[in-house]
Amino acid sequence: MTQSISITVTVNEKEYKREVEPRLLLSDFLRHELGLTGTHVGCEHGVCGACTILFEGESARSCLMFAVQADGHNITTVEGLATPLSSPHLVTDGGIEGGLHPLQQSFWEAHGLQCGYCTPGILMTLIPFLKQTPDPTEDEIRHALSGNLCRCTGYQHIVDAVKLAAHKMR
Amino acid sequence: MKPASFEYYAPDSIEQALDLMRQYAGDAKILAGGQSLVPAMNFRVVQPSVLIDLNRVTGLSYVREDDRVIRIGAMTRERELEFNALISRWAPLLKEAAPHIAHPQIRNRGTIGGSIVNADPAAELPVLMLALSARLKAKSVSGERWIDAQDFFMGMFTTALEPDEILVEIELPASPSRTGWSFMEVAPRAGDYALMGVAALVTLDQNGKCEGARLVYLNAGEGPVEAKEAEKLLIGESLDNRLIESAASLVSEKELNPFGNIHASSEFQRHLANVLTKKALKQATQRAEEILQ
Repeated sequence: MTQSISITVTVNEKEYKREVEPRLLLSDFLRHELGLTGTHVGCEHGVCGACTILFEGESARSCLMFAVQADGHNITTVEGLATPLSSPHLVTDGGIEGGLHPLQQSFWEAHGLQCGYCTPGILMTLIPFLKQTPDPTEDEIRHALSGNLCRCTGYQHIVDAVKLAAHKMR
Repeated sequence: MKPASFEYYAPDSIEQALDLMRQYAGDAKILAGGQSLVPAMNFRVVQPSVLIDLNRVTGLSYVREDDRVIRIGAMTRERELEFNALISRWAPLLKEAAPHIAHPQIRNRGTIGGSIVNADPAAELPVLMLALSARLKAKSVSGERWIDAQDFFMGMFTTALEPDEILVEIELPASPSRTGWSFMEVAPRAGDYALMGVAALVTLDQNGKCEGARLVYLNAGEGPVEAKEAEKLLIGESLDNRLIESAASLVSEKELNPFGNIHASSEFQRHLANVLTKKALKQATQRAEEILQ
């Protein structure tokens, strides 16, 4: 018999109630049940970091948690970073109007991504890191990113983007 | 990759959790941080029929000082080891080793108790427990008992816990005076499983001679491996370079039994053990000398 458990989860300040099977991974819950596909799924065993979200404000792998564990908890996904657009057509040459978080803006400006698959996980790793370490050294940045794989950039531009973001956010 | 079905329980109290463990002993797995268990379930290498989640049990996450010992709740997150003032004061070896445990995101969820009970020979915490002479408190419905770290690790992913027991607390003696520490490992990338690693403790007497030594290795056998012969060689002596080199040779040639894997042959692991032993002993000795002065 398949167990079904009722959960209430707050994601990006919005409350969701759903019935879930215990074995449903939090990453799949976010993507398939809530339609929040910004959280990417790479390796599904905790190595690549693409599925990193904030669980009660701290970075965590959503592929290594079950959705039932999130019952009553607060989650932030990459969709929670940007402020909503006043109009979906307000895209200009200089970036997205009124939208991007300074960290996202820095990734844009410093070319901190190519294909972008790893980017949501990297951003969610960096949000608590920059809060805790507002003026990080390059070593600290690289250590903070050690749990996020990027196959395009060679990391250099990501490190540049983090330095730029730290500067903007101080 | 999706885990197989299981029945899920999230008890509020340790009593409820122990009751469930008695009821489902053998079929149940404890879900602590889940940072090793959930990947294994995703691969379906592990398919427990019952999962007992301890994350809603209150009172299992703490670090306390208690009459010359440190008490750590089994559900304390690994991340806490990096930032807790009591840990850095009384168990500096733990603080130094903590950043080597996987990645920050993993340490935010992974628990100290979970890693100890998982008893992965390549993991840091079992090695640290042995090096620090920890005592581990296990509970079941029929009572509780203390197990010394040296009796706890029985081999590959195997511990002295009975099927209905839950590890609830770790007790560490406060670091003795005049003791230096060092933790070093070599991993292909930061946060990966290390190819070889060592936890070293050196206690000096008033005259600067070695009074006590601990050398424990990860990924060097079926569990955390203590190099007892090398430790004996150091006791009562001045830890000069020559003696340290002899100890390192004893460790790498005689005392360890690394299996080798896709990333490193057992010869290379022995080589790493030799180099790491020398470096770690020198650092631990130097730190002990600084404390002595």
